[in-house]
Amino acid sequence: MSTVNSPSPQGEQAISLLLLADQDNCLVACRFLAKNSVVDIDQQPVQLANDIQIAHKVARIDIAAGAKILKYGAIIGSATTDIKRGEHIHLHNMQSDYLPTFIIPTRIEVQEL
Amino acid sequence: MQAYLRQDGSKGIRNTLLVVYLVECAHHVARGICQQFPDHDVQLIGFPGCYPNKYAQALMESLVTHSNVGAVQLISLGCEGFNRYGLEKVIADSGRPVNTLVIQENQGTAQTMLRGAEWVASTLTELDTATTVDMSVDELIIGTICGGSDGTSGITANPGIGRAFDQFVAKGATCIFEETGELIGCEGIMSARAATPAVAKELVQAVEKAAIYYDTLGHGSFAPGNADGGLTTQEEKSMGAYAKSGASNINGVIYPSEIPSEGGLYLLDVVPDGEVRFGFPNIADTAEIIELISCGSHVILFATGRGSVVGSAISPVIKVCANPQTYRNMTDDMDIDAGRIIENRGTLDEVGQEIFELVINMAEGGQSKSEKMGHREYLLTYKYFSAGRACS
Repeated sequence: MSTVNSPSPQGEQAISLLLLADQDNCLVACRFLAKNSVVDIDQQPVQLANDIQIAHKVARIDIAAGAKILKYGAIIGSATTDIKRGEHIHLHNMQSDYLPTFIIPTRIEVQEL
Repeated sequence: MQAYLRQDGSKGIRNTLLVVYLVECAHHVARGICQQFPDHDVQLIGFPGCYPNKYAQALMESLVTHSNVGAVQLISLGCEGFNRYGLEKVIADSGRPVNTLVIQENQGTAQTMLRGAEWVASTLTELDTATTVDMSVDELIIGTICGGSDGTSGITANPGIGRAFDQFVAKGATCIFEETGELIGCEGIMSARAATPAVAKELVQAVEKAAIYYDTLGHGSFAPGNADGGLTTQEEKSMGAYAKSGASNINGVIYPSEIPSEGGLYLLDVVPDGEVRFGFPNIADTAEIIELISCGSHVILFATGRGSVVGSAISPVIKVCANPQTYRNMTDDMDIDAGRIIENRGTLDEVGQEIFELVINMAEGGQSKSEKMGHREYLLTYKYFSAGRACS
């Protein structure tokens, strides 16, 4: 497991994103990363377009719609839209190649019904 | 380690007295008996259904003769379909004290509770005098499950358990991982670790069966909290779950209530055979824990990211917490802070070693957090497995 470092506000090198396998096209946040913060991805600074919660995925490279998402060196599903480097990867832009993912509506969604 | 020696040669790390209801209608009476012994290891299990089921009967027979169990009080309403005399014979033949009370033959609720409590009190006196014998690591059976998984589970807690499993397997212990539905997508890499080509084929078949079963049900073993925690797909969750198995060769595929005859690593196939009937393979994590225990597990290693709190009625459940935020939020429920790995406060090997030592501690008088908190969850529902399997 290698790590991708980004400078913390204190100027120290705090780990922000994990690369789990060399061939992966996504990284895993190892702490909360705020929107607009700058992280290093493969030694290139990238500004985050969204808040990223701990353990959520971030695109390591630009990923085309239909391309496989690789994590742990394994295929974990396919992109449903084009995904830009540094973008959050989740239910809104990828899906399983096996089974649909079941989620419950949020409180706001229920109130709007 | 110190253990209770059973007539069949197995060794238990607890000497639990079980009170068992044989239909939901007998649940209240059985619970009432248990509640009179809050300071003793008297635990409640049962089967809710009125109609017989071979799987449930086999599971129950394994649970009441589990090495951690010392004696059993059966509570029957009287008209249910459970084969109570068959169960009673299995317990008696195992050398354990057993008593059956039928509510309809004992003047109802109050008298049955009274008579049950009298038997439990006198049997506890007997269990209190039990002596222990030495137990070695190769006699341990350890099961693992993950629940409330998130994106940290597959990076910290699950591979940490994998490291501990590798140590146990190397020392001759028996290790069991499970939930073929949570291995969908891993069948290729998993079968490459099979001890024999026949086992490789069985591993692939077990996962294929799960994929078909879950596809029929409409969705997989994936809960909304998994998505909140950063997991997007079943196969992503699978890759994380798979890490619990470590790196040892896989000796075989087993079925609920089947105790492996020799040490090594085994996959427990929990998905029923044939067409979908009786609903989900396991309706919650506790049903899987109970199946792992039915295969002899002395201790359960439970990896959690979102924060599960469950224990079990028969074997201690150790919480290996994957997410450092969850650990800080729910420290009282979590035994091991595996999430420290992603905060650079520890390594996988250190977490694996800590897990290994805590399992040993469970057999040396230690208690897990869930055990101390009084968590004694239990679930058993209907299932179907083909003829010829241990649980059919």
